[in-house]
Amino acid sequence: MQEIINRAKELLANKTVARVLGWKAGDLPYNPEPAYFETEESLKDFVYNGFCGANLSKYMIEASKMEGKTMVCLKPCDTYSFNQLIKEHRVDREKAYIVGVGCKGKLDIEKIRKQGIKGIQSIKGAELTDDAEVLNMETLYGEKICDWKDAMLERCHVCKGKEHQIYDELIGESKDTKDADRFDEVKRIEAMSPEEKFAFFQKELSKCIRCNACRNVCPACSCRKCVFDSNKFDSSQKANADSFEEKMFHIIRAFHVAGRCTDCGECSRVCPQGIPLHLFNRKFIKDIDELYGEYQAGADTTSLAPLTSYTFEDAEPGIVGERG
Amino acid sequence: MYKISKENLKALFRLIAAEQELYVPVKTADQVNFAAWSEEAETDLDTLKTVKSPKDAFFPQSENLYTVKKEGKKLQVEPGERKNQDFVIFGMKACDVQAVQVLDNVFLAEPVDTYYAARREHGTIVSLACHEPEESCFCKVFGIDCAEPAADVAVWMVGEELYWKALTEKGEALTKTVESLLAPADQADEESVEAEKTAIRGIVEKLPYSNLSLEGWNKESLTEKFDSPLWEELYQPCLACGTCTFVCPTCQCYDIKDYDTGNGVVRYRCWDSCMYSDFTMMAHGNNRTSQMQRFRQRFMHKLVYYPANNNGMYSCVGCGRCVEKCPASLNIVKVIKKFQNQGGEN
Amino acid sequence: MSIESKEEFRPKIVAFCCNWCSYAGADLAGSSRLAYPADVKIIRVPCSCRVNPMFILRAFEKGADGVILCGCHPGDCHYSTGNYYARRRMTLLFSMLDYIGVENGRTRVEWVSAAEGVKFSTTMNEFVEKIHSLGKNVRLGDLRCRK
Repeated sequence: MQEIINRAKELLANKTVARVLGWKAGDLPYNPEPAYFETEESLKDFVYNGFCGANLSKYMIEASKMEGKTMVCLKPCDTYSFNQLIKEHRVDREKAYIVGVGCKGKLDIEKIRKQGIKGIQSIKGAELTDDAEVLNMETLYGEKICDWKDAMLERCHVCKGKEHQIYDELIGESKDTKDADRFDEVKRIEAMSPEEKFAFFQKELSKCIRCNACRNVCPACSCRKCVFDSNKFDSSQKANADSFEEKMFHIIRAFHVAGRCTDCGECSRVCPQGIPLHLFNRKFIKDIDELYGEYQAGADTTSLAPLTSYTFEDAEPGIVGERG
Repeated sequence: MYKISKENLKALFRLIAAEQELYVPVKTADQVNFAAWSEEAETDLDTLKTVKSPKDAFFPQSENLYTVKKEGKKLQVEPGERKNQDFVIFGMKACDVQAVQVLDNVFLAEPVDTYYAARREHGTIVSLACHEPEESCFCKVFGIDCAEPAADVAVWMVGEELYWKALTEKGEALTKTVESLLAPADQADEESVEAEKTAIRGIVEKLPYSNLSLEGWNKESLTEKFDSPLWEELYQPCLACGTCTFVCPTCQCYDIKDYDTGNGVVRYRCWDSCMYSDFTMMAHGNNRTSQMQRFRQRFMHKLVYYPANNNGMYSCVGCGRCVEKCPASLNIVKVIKKFQNQGGEN
Repeated sequence: MSIESKEEFRPKIVAFCCNWCSYAGADLAGSSRLAYPADVKIIRVPCSCRVNPMFILRAFEKGADGVILCGCHPGDCHYSTGNYYARRRMTLLFSMLDYIGVENGRTRVEWVSAAEGVKFSTTMNEFVEKIHSLGKNVRLGDLRCRK
């Protein structure tokens, strides 16, 4: 972390960048927030630890409109999103000084809470400097420990790898934390009967409160005006009471990013109701891989996206029924 | 005071539900929210905070105001139903109960919101003392005692017993209907409840946010707060989603919309969020054009405008849901602290 | 009009037809006096590519029991490539509907040229029969739209 701060200070001092986009220490052990730092002095609050899960690529859309360059800290998986945003001309590469920061998986406070740990006063082991595999927590209800692995975000279990796809320089070591196949859950659902599938999604989506966090955090959801905010089309239903509203919202949300979603997992991370939203995105990714060839959005900045290209021999939509 | 053993809870719920609707914290797909009780529902009284607040019981996220039906050339208008049956909401926490007071000040003031009033009239609140408060709680800051919740009936869970104390007429009436399951509490029981209260208050003292100061959040400082340059910095991480407002027990803004059903129109109201770009949109456009302004609105409303209109009562109750749920880890505490630390300088 | 009981079930079918081929195909079916059920309501679109996945979901929400999209045969699109994009989109959408548990067969894509009046009529007859066997659309409908 100190290395990033030192480098940030240098870049600010020699006027390479006008500001630094990173994370600021929160007031609890686990709630750092994305923040801009414009002076060397303000960097005293800079933090980079296991709870810095936020993908800062999306903030670069706004930062690209600001005066001067922004030094942005991106984790390996965040760089896919950044590439995708370059491809869609939503960020300006010239306005970004990308520091690829090391990552050994990020933590999910909800997973820690789910283990019954509450009243957290301090957490040791979330810093990236030590190789601790265990989080030691002091709580109001005694000391608690939790394995790093058990507290890791879902997306880190299906890590896309430790390589940064785009950067100006790298600071820190990364680790591939993959220990599961990202399509396992999708396959499990595909194998269900229609009734089971319907019941599963009904149960999950009925929790949706239509807060739009999944949409707003998504680096691929970068439309200036979202179809769900349009008052000309009756899609801006804020009501959550009716069962179909949520289903339609989530299908369309995922569809609009199909072929552009890098599977960064932010939607699932931020959902206040813990809905596994990645299951929608990954279904599209899996279908695209199977039908139109392997494709990883954000792996490059030039290729045509699956939904903006075609071949004469593409499968007919009837294949859905034939696959059974 | 009465008592009932925890294993008889299901019988208690069954008895209440036989007479009227009953809402309890229910775990569905791994998340706890208030929902109608049923035999199959997985009741969860141990989770301190439901994701959504129980405000839905009185002010649902969406409700129909009226329906227009078209038959031939005739239009028929049917008003939305007011609640006309009694219900019980079991397991609200002290902060959520105070939040109902906040809503009352808005909806029961003239002109009275009849939909809300009907729900308030028919609802009986059974509140539960917070057995183990968490680090995100700061109800003490707003003068709430989570060891001694208000409401119609207050309940404490200590060990294997549940203690029951009616506080109002409605509470007495509910107690009558379930009397067959309750046993009177004796001196020892009273003592263990007192011990529980002391324990809870002891924990509350140790909570990191309990000493938060609200000094300077009043109508006298309205202009100063409004014009503060701190907002420009504070709002930066905000993603403009509505999570904070939708999990909040006191947020009361709503939008009224029409839904075209193909054979008529349903006019409904639904929660709105000041974080949304179409919040208070009017024909001429929007009077808050930037996210900074919308962000500022939320906190100014809770800490300045609302108290100015309601004898100094804040419209935050310190439940800490926004602290836990904000995707960008922003929250009202960070805002208060920021002004506390730097307010004087700017 | 009551459609509550099984015997009286008349499915509501929405057919999005491209202006250049399929709509003309429907026209030809009509002028050739080929019958197809009146349950099919045609919506003319400039190209099959015009159909946004949301159109299909909206149709279901507002009470359709089946939705079919007809366009020019691959290679024959008036705009050269529109139907290729539509094909990929619909494949993904149908797959998603299958994934969330909507009965297979409520959606269909068929390529119908301006000369294929017979194909139009047989396709529609087949599709209506299929929807008839699947019954009323419950899973994608909106309660507010029920009469």
